[in-house]
Amino acid sequence: MSNPQLNKHGELQHLLSTEGLPARIMREILDRAATFLEDTEGHEFKKVPLLHGKSVFNVFFENSTRTRTTFEIAAKKLSADVVNLNIGSSSTSKGETLLDTVDNLCAMHADMFVVRHSSSGAAHLIARHVAPEIHVINAGDGRHAHPTQALLDMYTIRHYKKEFHNLRVAIIGDILHSRVARSQIHALTTLGVPEVRVIAPKTLLPSHVEKLGVQVYHDMAEGLKDVDVVMTLRLQNERMQGALLPSAQEFFKYYGLTQERLSLARPDAIVMHPGPMNRGVEIDSSVADGPQAVILPQVTFGVAVRMAVMSTLAGSGK
Amino acid sequence: MNIHIKNGRLIDPKNRLDAQQDVFISTRRIVGIGAAPEGFIADQLIDAAGLIVMPGLVDVAARLREPGYEYRATLESEMSAAVAGGVTSLSCPPDTDPPLDEPGLVEMLKRRARVLNQCRVFPVGALTTGLKGTELTEMIELTDAGCKAFSQADVPLTDTRVLLRAMQYAATFGYRVWLRPQDSYLAKNGVAHDGEVATRLGLPAIPVVAETIALSTMLQLARETGVTLHVCRLSSAAGVEMVRAAKQEGLAVTCDVSINHVHLTEMDIGYFDSNCHLTPPLRSHRDRAGLLAGLLDGTIDAICSNHSPVDDDAKLLPFAEAEAGATGLELLLPLVLKWAAQERVPLLDALSHITINPAQLLGQKMGHLSVGAHADICIFDPEAAWKVEPAALKSQGKNTPFNGYEMQGRVCYTLLDGQLVYRA
Repeated sequence: MSNPQLNKHGELQHLLSTEGLPARIMREILDRAATFLEDTEGHEFKKVPLLHGKSVFNVFFENSTRTRTTFEIAAKKLSADVVNLNIGSSSTSKGETLLDTVDNLCAMHADMFVVRHSSSGAAHLIARHVAPEIHVINAGDGRHAHPTQALLDMYTIRHYKKEFHNLRVAIIGDILHSRVARSQIHALTTLGVPEVRVIAPKTLLPSHVEKLGVQVYHDMAEGLKDVDVVMTLRLQNERMQGALLPSAQEFFKYYGLTQERLSLARPDAIVMHPGPMNRGVEIDSSVADGPQAVILPQVTFGVAVRMAVMSTLAGSGK
Repeated sequence: MNIHIKNGRLIDPKNRLDAQQDVFISTRRIVGIGAAPEGFIADQLIDAAGLIVMPGLVDVAARLREPGYEYRATLESEMSAAVAGGVTSLSCPPDTDPPLDEPGLVEMLKRRARVLNQCRVFPVGALTTGLKGTELTEMIELTDAGCKAFSQADVPLTDTRVLLRAMQYAATFGYRVWLRPQDSYLAKNGVAHDGEVATRLGLPAIPVVAETIALSTMLQLARETGVTLHVCRLSSAAGVEMVRAAKQEGLAVTCDVSINHVHLTEMDIGYFDSNCHLTPPLRSHRDRAGLLAGLLDGTIDAICSNHSPVDDDAKLLPFAEAEAGATGLELLLPLVLKWAAQERVPLLDALSHITINPAQLLGQKMGHLSVGAHADICIFDPEAAWKVEPAALKSQGKNTPFNGYEMQGRVCYTLLDGQLVYRA
């Protein structure tokens, strides 16, 4: 089975998942993102012409203001023409199929799609379908993958910790439903992090999660001991239905990241969150606003990483 | 019309016959094996030199999509697929629209099939009205109309009291109950085996306990009611083990497996191949090994195609949204041959799973090549190598996880009731 993300020269054709994404390509993206961050004008990214004349379509079948906005900023800083579509509320509700929508947008001469969809595998389906000169970036598909989030997380870790090979990383919370967690796990293991832990109650862990190369913890004190990086996840409110958790309060009591629990990690540990945060559910405000949190830098790095991904894709096959 | 099938290698699992023997057919029936009856003059000679002559295949699960889903397939398209695959008898599940819960519908289906005269169709009636799981269907009327068993197809029957009563009622009249074990709560929204692949791909999962819990319920109710229970489409090693134990105990239980599960596992989903979105889900290597062991030791009685033609649009969707199912009638025989070759199963044993065993599940006297039997015969070339190309399939459903597979063994002739209904 050929890797659907790479072209025949081994270059990035689409960014669909961090699984099967070679470490070489991940490092190239992080390095490139670093150049964009160095090259800022005051408080802003400098506008560069790398995607001049290209059309980037942000196609969101599932609503997200934040991710869509960072992609939009990234594309504009690369001088692309950006079209934002919230399809969740238009075509598919009129009965148009996903691929019909994509075909229509291709006919409008899209060069790149940034796709978010509630169903796992949607980005793969679109990538298989489009013409070879069109690139697809997965901005989140179901529970499967959110590779740009994971890459910006890797950027953040590298920024603060310099290396990957000597780290202990813990991911806390709803791993079962989280595309972010899956993408983080693959990225961390690919980049050589020797110890990746997941901490959650059994109801929020997928079966055979250890096969992804992680160690499973159910107890926060044990799982956080001596870690260098703490990655929290958003807990969706709907998890209280479906008998996965009794209440947000009980979750916070046992799995919420408080200062007290964070003190079990290494003193220089950083705290990350993909946003949007539920304060008092997965993370205590004092931690979120505390000195170890790098949650806002994550957002800034996210723009640079997305610029790096888009410009890498635009440059492949040339 | 007298037909002489000459020089073929005859394989008839029921009579444990595997030898070069000629077959003589007259007025729809087999009138001689080996030697022609006195005064036999052939009107037609079929030279089967180098070919294998076997009973026409019996497939216990093939959806014809009529009535209600004619945009997916029609009797015409699927019957021609059946005979091209050497299938001369099939039973269709009741999950049509409307479901097969009324004698009139069953009679109409039988009549339509009879007119086409390609393959025998044995409808399985709905166990409950509208497959809703609340009220019993008129099983006596449905049997009179031609139903050979009663089933819920893939529709869950969550109310165990209704299940108990349906079994009691069916047992009263000696009717067969065919059920696919799957706990609807544990399987809710699931689209793939709860294992490594679903975890990696982030697909909502169906655990093995969804099968074993439902199976346990069925087996206990079968023991209680004495009903003749057939367990459809086993998918797990644990499920096979439970049926094995039930058979050893002496319970009147049989079971089948789909040919997809004989060959494939969750790994075949790869990068979200919606052709591998099947019901039940493809499970682990260990489960597949359990199914293969169940076939070898006789725990699993029959292999079916679980033919479920789906239109292309319904597959061109993200994995979970894509319709479950695959075409299979034309692939059943070559895939059984492939399994037999891979596992070194003698053809005499391998072919029993698609001839005499499923015929017995239907309570029918076919599936063998005895003198006096209806001449339902499949003649195939065991050496013919070919590649699965969906566009070349006769079925209206072109979706198959075996797309591009190299096959060996291809049907040359199919005879139904002594008449040549297919010729390659």
